Amino acid sequence: MRAIRLLAIVFLLATAAISLAADWLAPHDYAEQFRDHAGEPPSPRFPAGTDELGRDRASRLLHACRTSLLLALGTASLAISLAAIIGGVAGFRGGWVDSALSSLMDLMLSLPWLFLLLTVRALLPLNTSPSASISATAALIGLAGWAPAARVIRANVLSVRNSAPLLYARACGLRDYRLLAVHLLPNLKPVLRAQFWIFVPVFLLTEANLGLLGLGILEPMPSLGSMLAELQNYDRIPSAPWMLTPAFLLLGIVTSLHLAMAEAKTWE
Amino acid sequence: MGIALGLMLAAGLLTANAAAQGELRFCLRTDPKTFDPLLAAEEASETVRYLTGGVLIRFNRKTQGLEPELADSWKLQDGGRRIDFLLRSGIHFSDGTPFDAEDVLATFRRISDPAFASAIADEFRSAGEGIKFSSSGRYGVSITFPQPLAGVEFLFDRLSFSSSRSAQKEKAVLGPFYVTEYKAGQHVLLRRNTYYWKKDRQSARLPYLDSIRLEIQSNRENELLRYRRGELDFIDKLDPELFERLRKDMPTSVVDAGPSLDSEFLWFNQAASAPIEEYKRAWFQSQRFRRAISAAIQRSDMVRLVYRGYGRPAGGPVSPSNHVWANARVQPHGYDLQEARRLLQQDGFRWEGETLRDKQGNAVEFSLITNAGSKTRSQLGALLQQDLKKLGIRVNFTPLEFQSLIERITKSQKYEACLLGFTNMDLDPNGQMNVWMSSSTHHAWNPGQNTPATAWEAEIDGLMKTQATAANPRARKLAFDRVQAIVSEQAPILYLVHPNVLVAVSGSVRNAAPSALAPHLYWNIEHLRLTDDRRTGREH
Repeated sequence: MRAIRLLAIVFLLATAAISLAADWLAPHDYAEQFRDHAGEPPSPRFPAGTDELGRDRASRLLHACRTSLLLALGTASLAISLAAIIGGVAGFRGGWVDSALSSLMDLMLSLPWLFLLLTVRALLPLNTSPSASISATAALIGLAGWAPAARVIRANVLSVRNSAPLLYARACGLRDYRLLAVHLLPNLKPVLRAQFWIFVPVFLLTEANLGLLGLGILEPMPSLGSMLAELQNYDRIPSAPWMLTPAFLLLGIVTSLHLAMAEAKTWE
Repeated sequence: MGIALGLMLAAGLLTANAAAQGELRFCLRTDPKTFDPLLAAEEASETVRYLTGGVLIRFNRKTQGLEPELADSWKLQDGGRRIDFLLRSGIHFSDGTPFDAEDVLATFRRISDPAFASAIADEFRSAGEGIKFSSSGRYGVSITFPQPLAGVEFLFDRLSFSSSRSAQKEKAVLGPFYVTEYKAGQHVLLRRNTYYWKKDRQSARLPYLDSIRLEIQSNRENELLRYRRGELDFIDKLDPELFERLRKDMPTSVVDAGPSLDSEFLWFNQAASAPIEEYKRAWFQSQRFRRAISAAIQRSDMVRLVYRGYGRPAGGPVSPSNHVWANARVQPHGYDLQEARRLLQQDGFRWEGETLRDKQGNAVEFSLITNAGSKTRSQLGALLQQDLKKLGIRVNFTPLEFQSLIERITKSQKYEACLLGFTNMDLDPNGQMNVWMSSSTHHAWNPGQNTPATAWEAEIDGLMKTQATAANPRARKLAFDRVQAIVSEQAPILYLVHPNVLVAVSGSVRNAAPSALAPHLYWNIEHLRLTDDRRTGREH
């Protein structure tokens, strides 16, 4: 299993490195349409062929991978921060604060998040650049998706709060912020790390879902989700199997994340 | 293709015999909402109405001419305010009750009631309240409108009559079929109306088919699968991908019926009340700016890449398939980047590096909204982005969830440009009154104007009123030709593509002659028949 985990980590690191270097590695501008070469198979000029509008699929894939990874990591960071603050305060304070924040978590979990995303997205300004649209999408997903982790963190804080070391520290007169910084947070690190890495594939797939609905990252910026939308024309797959590349890449990233985390100590 | 279809039709007629035959099957996307022909509005109800309803005048989808149906003859009188019909005698509803003037009057009693909410009734009442109707003898009917209602004959193609005497009411019909069974979510079964009055050239009673099964199926993939298995005879409105897929395997069973009446287009928000920057409003209100944008769009690429060649670059609101109303002089704006640059320069725009700037130095950038989930529009948007990038214009293409889009374009006006399509069922320009009248809330680029904002909009208002009230068809045509010319010249809406009507017709169906006009496949339903092997195959 250790070898598999190592392989998964190498794959993830290689994917991240290659996609971060997309600007240098991509053979063409991801938005440029070579309209006389639309739907072409792989060739030396277009290593992964071209899409229906003649855009170089390899260049788009490199940028899409970068977009989706950055979006997933950014979203996971936002969501875990919110979850840590809200879940931590709820568990640490207890009483009416806990009740109120727990109700908020329940509310967030019961909301149909897709509709929430669609509604909030419709209110955003229209004149946004592709990079702003990535940030907006990440913020929206993060703001809608923190609740499951907050619950886990609250439960952990509750158990740690009543543990012997913390009771002893409290009895010694340690102030709240010292308790949080010195005793609570170090104990929560493994949970936060685990929840973060659970979020990353979830948000990758969330972006893919939004992309399929045409509501993800704005054109012409590619993302794995918007590239997967091309597979709706599945009849072309047997004659153009390279269309599956984004699907396999997404599968590889999500699987590798799970494999890498499954063996991590944080789970033990 | 026209000759081939003509020969098919002739061959079918020559081999006709009196025996009815077989069951035709095709799909409805949804359950019909009503079987009342006066209330039919959406596609499924309209399909049932067309197949079961009898009309006084039929609009021939092939010749685009009007033909007498239940009316032996008709005459427009009093400058188009009155229409007199002489009904055919000896016609019976599907339950055997006779059809005469009383049935027509009963239908008009419903239509003239202002409280009766119905799309077709609204169209008849558009000339004002107070429609008068009377009979003269058993088969003479006169309908008088408060004002001349231009193109009123075409409305009678969509008005089906129910029996005033039959206890079965709307189940007693005058069309070739009647509804015999409806299972919600499954199918509507229509049976041959044995009282149907039409006969073929050999005096055999029509229709040829025994029954029609309308399967309720919203999933296009399932529909395609069932068609391939031979369980369905028709597929209407295939998208280019499905059409190509089917063409590969069953090349003889797909038909490209030519440009539809539908169109894809974009427009800029020119409304004075719209919450957009003044300098952008000034761009959008400039004819030169709009014409420059139009000249920079490669419509042929849109047809080739997005519609796989199954479409026609659009030059105006009327498709070339509409032989009656299309202005042949109005052609799509050609792709001419030099012309686009010249027009922009004339308007004070200049280039700084690769960025276009206006007189005040603002970079030219606008958002373009459309409905999310449409692959076609997503691709059109991407092509527009690249086309306009060549002019130094940045287009922020933003698909929105549909309700939000509608809210922006009809209420809040919080948008700059919009890419949408228009599904047109109506050949007559009367159906477009709400688009072109400047006071209308559907006047896309500047809705609900108290007085027309520009001289050319005032001219369009006048012309649309003329075409809506003139009894003389030539005067109407001249007026609407001018409207099309103004729209092309001023470019308040930039028309992009008329997608083709792509359909599949099983080789077992004889006499099919798909039309670009709706209903594309079954407009001549009474003449359709199935081949012998097909009938026996399905019976087994």
